[in-house]
Amino acid sequence: MNSVRHAAQFQSLAQQDHATRLGMWVFLGSELLLFAGLFALYAAGRVAHPAAFHEGVAHAEKSIGSLNTAVLLTSSTTVALAVESLRRERRAAAVTLLSITIALGAAFFCLKLAEYGAHFRAGIYPGGAGSFFVSHGTPGLPLFWTLYFVTTGLHAVHVCVGLGVLGLSAQAIARGKMGGERAYVLENAALYWHLVDLIWIFLWPLYYLA
Amino acid sequence: MTVASEPSFLPAAEPSFARAHTSIRSWLLSTDHKRIGVLYFFATTLSLALGGVFALLLRIEHLTPGPTVMSAMTYNRLFTLHGVTMVWLFMIPSIPATFGNFLLPIQIGASEVAFPRLNLLSFWIYVLGAAFVLLAMWLGALDTGWTFYTPYSVHSPSAVVPTLIGIFIVGWSTILTGVNFIVTVHTMRARGLGWMRLPLFTWAIYGTSIIQVLATPVLGLSLLIVSLDHAFAWGLFDPARGGDPVLYQHLFWFYSHPAVYIMILPAMGVVSEVISTFSHKNPYSYKAIVYSTLGIAFVGFLTWGHHMFVAGMSVFDAGAFGALSMLVAIFSAVKVFTWVSTLSKGSIVLATPLWYVFGFLILFMFGGMTGVAVATMSLDVHWHDTYFVVAHFHFVMVGGTLTAWLAALHYWFPKVTGRLYSERWGLLGFALVFSGFFGTFVPQFLLGNAGMPRRYYEYPERFQLLHVASTLGSWVLAAGLLLTVGYLGHALWFGRRASGNPWASRCFEWRTSSPPPEKNFSAQPELGLDAYDYTTPWPASEERA
Amino acid sequence: MLRWFRMLFRLPPGASSFADGVDTLHLFLIGSTLLGVLLLSLLTTYFVLRYRERSGVRTTPVVLASGTGELLLVVGTLSLFVLWWVIGYRQYLSMRRRPAGAITVYVVAKQWMWKFSHENGALENNVLTIPVGRPVELLMTSRDVIHSFFLPAMRVKQDVLPGRFTTLWFKPTAPGRYSLFCAEYCGISHSAMLGEVRVLGAEEYQRFLADSSGAHSLAEIGREAALKHACFSCHTVDGQRHIGPSWSRLYGSVVTLSNGEQVSADAAYLTESMMDPAARVVAGYAPVMPTYFGSLDSSEAAAIVAYIRSLEQGPSSPSVRLPEVVVPPLVASSEPKGDLHP
Repeated sequence: MNSVRHAAQFQSLAQQDHATRLGMWVFLGSELLLFAGLFALYAAGRVAHPAAFHEGVAHAEKSIGSLNTAVLLTSSTTVALAVESLRRERRAAAVTLLSITIALGAAFFCLKLAEYGAHFRAGIYPGGAGSFFVSHGTPGLPLFWTLYFVTTGLHAVHVCVGLGVLGLSAQAIARGKMGGERAYVLENAALYWHLVDLIWIFLWPLYYLA
Repeated sequence: MTVASEPSFLPAAEPSFARAHTSIRSWLLSTDHKRIGVLYFFATTLSLALGGVFALLLRIEHLTPGPTVMSAMTYNRLFTLHGVTMVWLFMIPSIPATFGNFLLPIQIGASEVAFPRLNLLSFWIYVLGAAFVLLAMWLGALDTGWTFYTPYSVHSPSAVVPTLIGIFIVGWSTILTGVNFIVTVHTMRARGLGWMRLPLFTWAIYGTSIIQVLATPVLGLSLLIVSLDHAFAWGLFDPARGGDPVLYQHLFWFYSHPAVYIMILPAMGVVSEVISTFSHKNPYSYKAIVYSTLGIAFVGFLTWGHHMFVAGMSVFDAGAFGALSMLVAIFSAVKVFTWVSTLSKGSIVLATPLWYVFGFLILFMFGGMTGVAVATMSLDVHWHDTYFVVAHFHFVMVGGTLTAWLAALHYWFPKVTGRLYSERWGLLGFALVFSGFFGTFVPQFLLGNAGMPRRYYEYPERFQLLHVASTLGSWVLAAGLLLTVGYLGHALWFGRRASGNPWASRCFEWRTSSPPPEKNFSAQPELGLDAYDYTTPWPASEERA
Repeated sequence: MLRWFRMLFRLPPGASSFADGVDTLHLFLIGSTLLGVLLLSLLTTYFVLRYRERSGVRTTPVVLASGTGELLLVVGTLSLFVLWWVIGYRQYLSMRRRPAGAITVYVVAKQWMWKFSHENGALENNVLTIPVGRPVELLMTSRDVIHSFFLPAMRVKQDVLPGRFTTLWFKPTAPGRYSLFCAEYCGISHSAMLGEVRVLGAEEYQRFLADSSGAHSLAEIGREAALKHACFSCHTVDGQRHIGPSWSRLYGSVVTLSNGEQVSADAAYLTESMMDPAARVVAGYAPVMPTYFGSLDSSEAAAIVAYIRSLEQGPSSPSVRLPEVVVPPLVASSEPKGDLHP
């Protein structure tokens, strides 16, 4: 088996592994702060308009939301299993598990689109536009829904990025370019995916359950 | 008496990093951190020049109380562009992305940063963001001030969105550079180089990178939302549509206060290096500098509300922010005490970098203390949004960061270019810059005291004398800066060749040739001797400029 | 001493009860700064001269910081900073706590002018007339973007926000005419949004009041506005409970909100209730009041507040007996009840 070469600036593969992982964690820190801002806006909005936020949650598409939660949680499991498989050089299994993860992620995305469609049909658009707000005039309701669209929209963008990264990883493994000794690349991709899942875990109760 | 072993910076057989490849492509697509540093240098210096031209125009307008050379809308757009250009296209990247890029790997004994290709990508992202900002200027620019307060920014019929997109993109460059530097310091240090042996400039860049990574996303978010509000009337920050404009201020300042520490920490790193080198002395307290750097990086995140004392927040919140602001100021005070004390029992050589550092010390003391002054709540009620605040932040940003940038430029010029400049011209440049700066901004403190608000196109006649004084000062400052460009440019081609260590410094970057080879060191870097150990004599041949 | 300090540092002569305290703190702080910078500069100069490089000597001893010395310096400096914070905080607190007996003036800022409504119904544009020696409280809102009310001579400033009321108070101590600036960028004529505060002696002010008092007091104007905007569909003025709380004895009383909190029904709260009624709803009432942001002129809002204030002591006139209104329980239902909901 070929020994994998490390990039020129590193002394060893182990160093490259360590550096890339640390880099991903640091980067995830910045992503966390990004969403923290949105959660701060939610908190401020909820304190200012408790009735409207209550009302907003009541109109959320709870079944789609819960289904999406299950989908993402499962996908986090499959991606973690994929990483473990790759570490054990079981590449076929890794690719399969990754494909399932990607399919689940895509399912999340489609469900989200369907959900947006349902909102639009109900007359709920961002910025307080739409017929829904004509019949539901609680002050602060447009704020709830606009925040919902911005937060879930930004999250969906991250889901897409995650899918892309996972897809590239699957491709690399299938072509034999990523094996057990470079499993850290997949681990980083999986870390990103876990963050996407984690954001959702906070988003879900705030916009669907509370 | 022991003599240290020969440092490994004897002239290398291999070519310098600048001569290793010569095509344009090899520069524009280089993954060599030194070349990327040079690229950033030119891009950020061009931005400095652009922002400087805006400033000069603004000051010319202020020669008379009424309209002088431009309309109100032009003035309003110019001061906005001056702020945007200076803050995001110059101040934030200036020292970290230029000197940081060039020196960080060398100072830790590495051959490269952790992610060279990411480094290159960061540069081009910066260029793309800057292009958007330039595009916005071409589309007529905007007049909201660099702070983009809502709801005005949401409704202003000007090129708000392209500008915000440009800044958003530049933010990405900042975050990626920050990630790169953090990982580099953690994982690429030479064997045997522990954290508490790192050069202080490295520590400064490290602290800065932490702030860059954690603060910038919040700016990105707030600008994204303002863009959505402006383009689609989504109303998140627009009270007419149920949003809260003060919430925008919180989000904006949550980034923008730590951002000023992004601007000053690298400058402080430069000061630490120059003081030690030119007094040939260990820092009075290495630990104090390190811990105060980390203290600023952390506590700096907790003080943003001091920009909002009159914005409508509760007395309790205002009090908390005020108290925390006092705390963060102490860290800077500790540094100033340490720097001054380092000179004691040193062997001091007066040279241009040190002159700039002396300038920094005075100007930063004033700037920092007036910062403490505006953090004093009842005083800020009078000074907020007046020229006093403008003077304060120009003292710390120009008197602080720009002065340190000039110090860095003169300090590391031989290292990067392999040439020496004329000390006489250097001193003249410093004298002009320092006096010009004083002349420009001291009158502005007085203007603020008198009640002159900021962002004013026209002003009452009684303020004219101070305005004229400030404008005259700006011409002296500009002359000093132009002179500097002149003699440094001249030195680039005609300066005397520099040795590996013209300043007889012990810091690590001086243990390789000037300029360094592509891989930074021709042999294993000799880092056994501490970066601030001036007790052990070196061979006489290496102790001469 | 303060006079000399003000001249040297270009501070306007102090014209409010805040000015002396603020300027003294200013002097303390700037004085300490100048002294500190001088000392550090002298020390630096001394070191540079004393420790100039002697030829041939290129090594220096290691000098390590004395822990006690560092600690003393840090504690000393921090104590000074904290002292300034304490004094500044106390002054700031007094700036936010209006004393009793203050004259109320309603201020509306709009691009690019200031409108003042006095309690006697007088309206002024860009000039505010107030008496010397009496505290005046400004209740301010903006019609469009954020402005800021800045009186350098009084050492006061407060942002003026759209959709909200902010307050500022001060007590003028010397008659005269003082500059008013807008201190938050608000558009092309930001620097032209100038005004003036005229502080009159007691007699002159009485004359001003007599001359300027309109045919109707502000409270009467308020009653007309309330009629016009159908406020009485939900609010009574004789103490009877209806869809909304009665205005009788409301002003300045302590009301309990739906979340259990207690607030004083002052001008700021009442105005907020007109602009953002769902923000703080009185307990026991449904959150059905529509917002009047945009439909109520701000001087009308100010006038209505003045009218409500005129009912502070009790109902104004006999009225009809209203039928019992069944108040729907406040459940977490998304469907608001009642045909009054817009």
